[in-house]
Amino acid sequence: MTDDVAKLAQGLSPLERKAAPHLQKSGTLSELAAAAGMQDVEAMRSLQWLEGKGCLTIKTEEQEALVVLERGQKAAKDGLPELHALKALKEQKTLTVAAIAAVLPAYDKQAVGAVVGILKKRDIPFVTIDGKPAFKWVDALKIPESGEQALLGKAAKAGWRLSVGAMTVEERRAATELAKRQGYATIEKRKEKNYTLTPLGEKVKVQATSGGVQRVIEKNTPEILKEELWKRTNFIFRPYNVTINVPRKTGGRAHFVNEAIDYIKRIWLDLGFEEMEGSHVQTAFWDLDSLFVPQDHPAREMQDTFYLKDPAKGKLPAALLKKVKAAHENGGDTGSLGWRYTFSDEEAAKNLLRTHTTVLSAQTLLKIKEGKCRIPGKYFSVSKVYRNEALDWKHLFEFHQVEGIVVDEHADLRHLKGYLREFFGKMGFPDVRIRPAHFPYTEPSAEVDVWDPRKKQWVELGGAGIFRPEVVKTILGKDVPVLAWGLGMERIIKEYYGFEDLRDLYRNDLEQLKTVKAWLR
Amino acid sequence: MPTITLSKKELLREAGVKLSDERLKDRISMLGTDLEGIEGDAINVEIFPNRPDLLSQQGFGRAFAAFIGAKPGLRTYDVKKPTQNVIIEKSVASCRPFTACAVVKKLKMTDERLKEIIQVQEKLHVTFGRNRKRLAIGIYPCEQITFPITFKGMKPADIKFRPLEARGEMTAQQILAEHPKGKEYAHLLAGLDKYACFVDAKGNILSLTPIINSHLTGKITESTTEVFVECSGFDLRVLQECLAMVVAALAEMGGELHGLELQYPDKKIVTPDLRPRKMTVDGNYINKLLGLELKDDEFKKLFAKMGYGYEKNSVLIPAYRTDILHQADLAEDVAIAYGYEHVKETIPNVATPGQEAPLAVFETKLRLLLVGHGLLECKSYNLVGKETQTARMLLKADVVALASSVSEEYDTLRAWILPSLMETLQRNKRHEYPQRLFEIGRVFSKGDTETGVKEKERLAVVLCGEDADYTAIRQILDDLFAKLSITPEYEETAHASFIPGRAARVSVDKEDLAYIGELHPRALENFGLTMPAAAFELDLTTLFGLLKR
Repeated sequence: MTDDVAKLAQGLSPLERKAAPHLQKSGTLSELAAAAGMQDVEAMRSLQWLEGKGCLTIKTEEQEALVVLERGQKAAKDGLPELHALKALKEQKTLTVAAIAAVLPAYDKQAVGAVVGILKKRDIPFVTIDGKPAFKWVDALKIPESGEQALLGKAAKAGWRLSVGAMTVEERRAATELAKRQGYATIEKRKEKNYTLTPLGEKVKVQATSGGVQRVIEKNTPEILKEELWKRTNFIFRPYNVTINVPRKTGGRAHFVNEAIDYIKRIWLDLGFEEMEGSHVQTAFWDLDSLFVPQDHPAREMQDTFYLKDPAKGKLPAALLKKVKAAHENGGDTGSLGWRYTFSDEEAAKNLLRTHTTVLSAQTLLKIKEGKCRIPGKYFSVSKVYRNEALDWKHLFEFHQVEGIVVDEHADLRHLKGYLREFFGKMGFPDVRIRPAHFPYTEPSAEVDVWDPRKKQWVELGGAGIFRPEVVKTILGKDVPVLAWGLGMERIIKEYYGFEDLRDLYRNDLEQLKTVKAWLR
Repeated sequence: MPTITLSKKELLREAGVKLSDERLKDRISMLGTDLEGIEGDAINVEIFPNRPDLLSQQGFGRAFAAFIGAKPGLRTYDVKKPTQNVIIEKSVASCRPFTACAVVKKLKMTDERLKEIIQVQEKLHVTFGRNRKRLAIGIYPCEQITFPITFKGMKPADIKFRPLEARGEMTAQQILAEHPKGKEYAHLLAGLDKYACFVDAKGNILSLTPIINSHLTGKITESTTEVFVECSGFDLRVLQECLAMVVAALAEMGGELHGLELQYPDKKIVTPDLRPRKMTVDGNYINKLLGLELKDDEFKKLFAKMGYGYEKNSVLIPAYRTDILHQADLAEDVAIAYGYEHVKETIPNVATPGQEAPLAVFETKLRLLLVGHGLLECKSYNLVGKETQTARMLLKADVVALASSVSEEYDTLRAWILPSLMETLQRNKRHEYPQRLFEIGRVFSKGDTETGVKEKERLAVVLCGEDADYTAIRQILDDLFAKLSITPEYEETAHASFIPGRAARVSVDKEDLAYIGELHPRALENFGLTMPAAAFELDLTTLFGLLKR
């Protein structure tokens, strides 16, 4: 025995093991199923597995099979009716046709008629006794060997189905006769699986059935471990086919966008940035006026910004309001001309959903002034902002902004480019450029583009700049360079997931949540 | 942002250079405009709102020619002394109090130029003019006009003329009700008892501002050589700036600029004023902001590329550059001229401690514990439908409502998270059960804060499936509390969203923290669910406050 054979024999699954003793050199699926007491599907599975291991080959052929029906099955046990009639004839020497019916009480008139036909065919002398037709026993007669009875007996052992192809000439003749008899048997044509054992298969069969030297453990159980069965030499764990697929199972999981957010936060934390927090609902004063956005700026209109209906207005910080108002109207103490219009407190008091997290940066400047935050200091946030836009494949009304500021006497434009390159490099975009742009609160202002190597074009992913003196001096009280950026997070991460449609990030489709790839940057 | 269409041929002719499309695209982007694309001769460019002076072929061409170094420096425009007047009557004070005007002569009109003039007028109306609310621009052929012109407020009943694109005379009332421009801008005149009109010496109405010109006296054609230009509105300075942009573009077409004396009731002024203004700059300030070490001659060269004049610490700013409020604006233009792409990238060595927000750290820890329970995290919008928050959950509640939303489905800020998870269950009915979900997010309610809105972070967990009962949901909440070393109190409560007798209020130190229970079948029905569900919603802001105590 080679190791291969032994290993194969040990590795047989329970079904294969069940089939093994009943495998012939060649045979059919149904024979195997009948012999091993298996369902057809079970037998098929075991044959397929064995074929996969090189133990046998399977061929599908159209085959005729004798299928024994109810009467045939009864006759297999009790004997065919003509045999009963012959027995009675032998004893009584003569038997009228009418008396045959008495001998065969379980059969109807038609069946009895058939028996008469058969006896006639067998050349049993047919005479007339007292004017009645009758069979006569002649001692020279013998009760003939019935090929049909023998075939029924064989079929009984094979699950009432016999392959015609495997029969002898005599058996085939008998099968044809049986099939002619109503309710005894039919010959079915069907596709049948034939298997033929390979030489390897024969060896495996021998090994697998050789006297049960080893007991194969299918499933490891507490009993096996407690009773230490595995320590006995004749016990063996059935080796599995470890290469086959198993049914899918998924576990609990954080939302994949949160995985990305965690990573983005980590980048800024590693660079020494402190996280900013704040309200989603803000006054226009904080969201726009403190950032020197003029009150008639088109972006402040209803169709771009979500204003609140109830509560519609908020309270304003009086001291700062005065300074911001001056910055807008005449530049205040910032050295600027200002926007030169009449500032409306009413407009400033409107409540809205923050249009950018730059509002958090503005509030951080006040915290620095109040001594609650450090300078030099670096601050970031990755949180939600809102724009009054219809939801479509490239617009969300609610999305995340990656916000950052660096407040440092010595900060300059070179550092702004440096931080942006560092961030985008870690996000998988090594080629970054900034180009001139305009925001009311930064000067210089820049759009941040990254190179998309697939589409071969620059893709705009956010805005950046250095806060204007009208913003910084007004809130912080002195003009310090404040590098700032606000980047659209969803557009940055959608590439990683291969999404074209931004809405796919927030579909809450459970199948998607379970299967979308993990954030691995 | 407005988009203008430029002629590539014209742009390159003006600059006197040949550039490949690639190079042209790059230069247009790096000048500070958003290139949309080049198709044939048409270049489509988005102009940022701070640069209305670029909203014309001539204005853009002027800036571009300077930027690429072909025609650098300050361009000056000669304005001839006024020989004619415009009289501004007191009556106009209540409708459109100010105007700034000019005459441009020796124009050679072509079909292209007419289109260019219409484009600059329309683009400035939309942007700088805030859709004519702030100001409106009128251009008229002088051939049909007799000076002096009067700008006056007229009673609507007295206004009657044939507007552009109309068959015959119309009254002001008819214009506002029937003429396409009248209908579009009628709201700007709402509530006024007088409308502002320009009327010439013969009594012909030139226009009803800011609506429409007269067909007779307000239509320029290819044969027009002299035009009267006016900008009317509410702020004389802004009108002067706008007029400067328009007449500078006409001057670039070869026009000769003539001043007009404007006779206001209280003063006389001459417009247009195209004299550059002076601003002092500090080279050190600019160098420090940009991280450069530019010397005086370099500043001179860079300012020239952006169309400025420069003499030692002093910059001459063209009249049409309305965006220069502070020397920070000049610093940006120096950076643009220098090239953003040439600024070196560095990260300075400034040690600052990184610090994640404590509440966010807490949420991350909770998330891990919940994932350990085999729960899937969802992420929904904070904007929701009011019905889902209240009626579908069998509740009546006061919500924080939006004044306007593009989508009616999203007109409210969510007061709790569970309804969002219910919607998620509803959308996922085709998927396998049990469905075990959680979400951490923000909720909004009215409260005593600066905005009147109180915001909190909350956690909601929902189990949906054959075994989703009170015990199953309670096990998760109990486990969370156990991990936080907190012993909560459970008290039976009536909550319409839950089955009576199977809902509890959870508190710690008399502070309410959570609701928990089995969802009411009617609530399930409202979300189309035929599977039991149990849920809790926990106030993380308050819980975190307790933990810190």
